[in-house]
Amino acid sequence: MASLKLDRIGKRFGTATVIHDVELDVADGEFVVFVGPSGCGKSTLLRMISGLEPVSDGDLFIDGKRVNDVPAAQRGLAMVFQSYALYPHMTVRQNLAFGLENLRTPAEEIEKRVQAAAKLLRLDALLQRRPTQLSGGQRQRVAIGRAIVREPRIFLFDEPLSNLDAELRVAMRAEITALHRRLRTTMIYVTHDQVEAMTMADKIVVLRAGRVEQIGSPLDLYRRPRNRFVAGFIGSPQMNFLKASATARDDAHMNVALEAAPATPVEVRARASVGPGSPIHVGIRPEHVRLDAPAEPAIEVVAVVERLEQLGGISFVYCRLPSGEALTVQVLGPLGQRAGESIALRLPVASLHLFSGTEDAPALTEH
Amino acid sequence: MPSLRALLTGTRGRTAPDWTDWLTYGYLVLGLLLMFGPVVWMVMSSFKTPAALNEFPPQLLPYGQAEVNVPGYDRPLPLYRVKVADGATRTLAEVRRIGLTATMVDPAHPQDEIKVDAKDRERVRELKFAWGNYVEIFGKFAFGRYLWNSVFITVVATLITLIFNAMAAFALSKYRFTGHNVVFLMVLSTLMIPPTIILVPNFLVISQLGLLNSLWGVIWPAVATPTGVFLLRQYMLTIPDELIDAARMDNASEWRIFWRIILPLSAPALAVLAIFSVMWRWNDFLWPLIVLSRSENFTLQLALNAFQGELTTQWNYLLAMTVITLLPITAVFAFLQRYIATGIASAGVK
Repeated sequence: MASLKLDRIGKRFGTATVIHDVELDVADGEFVVFVGPSGCGKSTLLRMISGLEPVSDGDLFIDGKRVNDVPAAQRGLAMVFQSYALYPHMTVRQNLAFGLENLRTPAEEIEKRVQAAAKLLRLDALLQRRPTQLSGGQRQRVAIGRAIVREPRIFLFDEPLSNLDAELRVAMRAEITALHRRLRTTMIYVTHDQVEAMTMADKIVVLRAGRVEQIGSPLDLYRRPRNRFVAGFIGSPQMNFLKASATARDDAHMNVALEAAPATPVEVRARASVGPGSPIHVGIRPEHVRLDAPAEPAIEVVAVVERLEQLGGISFVYCRLPSGEALTVQVLGPLGQRAGESIALRLPVASLHLFSGTEDAPALTEH
Repeated sequence: MPSLRALLTGTRGRTAPDWTDWLTYGYLVLGLLLMFGPVVWMVMSSFKTPAALNEFPPQLLPYGQAEVNVPGYDRPLPLYRVKVADGATRTLAEVRRIGLTATMVDPAHPQDEIKVDAKDRERVRELKFAWGNYVEIFGKFAFGRYLWNSVFITVVATLITLIFNAMAAFALSKYRFTGHNVVFLMVLSTLMIPPTIILVPNFLVISQLGLLNSLWGVIWPAVATPTGVFLLRQYMLTIPDELIDAARMDNASEWRIFWRIILPLSAPALAVLAIFSVMWRWNDFLWPLIVLSRSENFTLQLALNAFQGELTTQWNYLLAMTVITLLPITAVFAFLQRYIATGIASAGVK
């Protein structure tokens, strides 16, 4: 059980900087997920926390103690690797016991902890097997068990579920969450899958190209994405982005006219730091687009249905707007229209996110 | 085993042997004779008495004079096939021979002596293995001593070779230090220097270290082999780095990672190197010949060489020693040959 603090952490390989000034506070017992597209530096950041990769810049604190120069073994952390990294020549029992043997733990204590971990992870019957004789899910549990027996201060997970099939991934997700609830140990989890991040995390850290884009709770990120990158990354299906022009009205409001519906500008609450008629992006999540006319103010557009995915409970409608832009809509239940027919859509003003310019420019809306 | 029989008698022609079958089997039989003929001849000859070895024309099998125990005579008597006066042929035992007349007895009736013309008798020969060749070399010469020296050098040098080369390979494959490629290339480049060129420098070093006439003087210069480092390094590159990271997270020291993770996982490559090393050390001749000059330090190879006297050579003992010298290598090959195949395939060298 420990807290973790990253103070302006950076990583350089030769002249290339791959991690820039990462600042992060992880409270004791928190479940933090690092998420981002591949190559964003999330695994490197995790390896720096683990001690397997030296820190180039900044300071790393565990429980308030600076650990930059403490070797991996002495940081008291345990890591679950993407490839599980089970020792292939050892049985499950030996795999679990190896770390404790290195610490010169007494034999009966090792046996006790191995048994406890095996029971917790339902590995009792597999203790004499070798990793090659186990299924993917079982190997994953052994890898987690190897971390548990050490009773680490912080668990580190490096994309632990990416080698499993979809069904098993959902099950293991629940198991890891349940494990966190039971152990209440600080956990740091790296994934590129935003669904994993949303379902498991107390706190999500969105990374891109070695920089932190946003830190917050899952719902926080969903409701108040700080920029267009986070808005597009969090949420499935992805948020729709439509081109528009904006004119500031006063300090807190601006008039927005979609390219798809230039004749009907609406007034949106937003930080008005743009000049008159400047091009902006309007974001709206597929689940917020409505077919019926809501009481609240909304932009009305007419679109053509290009493709339909009926899942029974919900349907995804892929539409094309008059401006040529694509728009994905999620509706409850089946849909009456068919591909090729036109459909009237309402974009509630309260659900709009306004973004200016580039992907990482800050959002204009404040929900 | 039906599969083995099918393998040995397989033909290309469905009904009658094809001409390629004749060619293939002819080629294979020729190869078999060329490869195994000398070995078979040597093994068979090692069971011959000196007399049988000098016989002309030479026989492949160790035939010897048949003998029989006759009551009334202390020693076994040699058996002869004799044409007696009435024209019949009888098998008799020879008591003595003086000049052209041999005195014979019938083993069934030992009391009656028969005089026979020496021209009318012919030796009775039978398969006779002279096991004495093998028994006597242990008593007559310091053969046990030579065997021990060879075994000591082979085993100790192989163990040290495995450990040293594995450590070097571990460092060169898993640590990213400045110049690791340069070090590796330098190790490899020593392959280009023929051993004969560094014979004198090696000798000077060994002599300065006071290791002349010591078994360690044979062992130390041989343990660091570029081939071994290369073979093990290439194999260790295939061991995932994540395993080492996992072991580091598991509090394992670098030495423990080497001992508990790297070595067990390199077993196939280690087996290949072990086989090579055993063969190199066991068959090594030139270097031991230079370092070891006192006969009590001789290895088997040196002893075999020294056993060829200036005037006479006791071929029966020499051949028996040679057969014993061949046995360990044969055993190593028989038991570990599958490792050679898999190891060479995965390491992709030699």
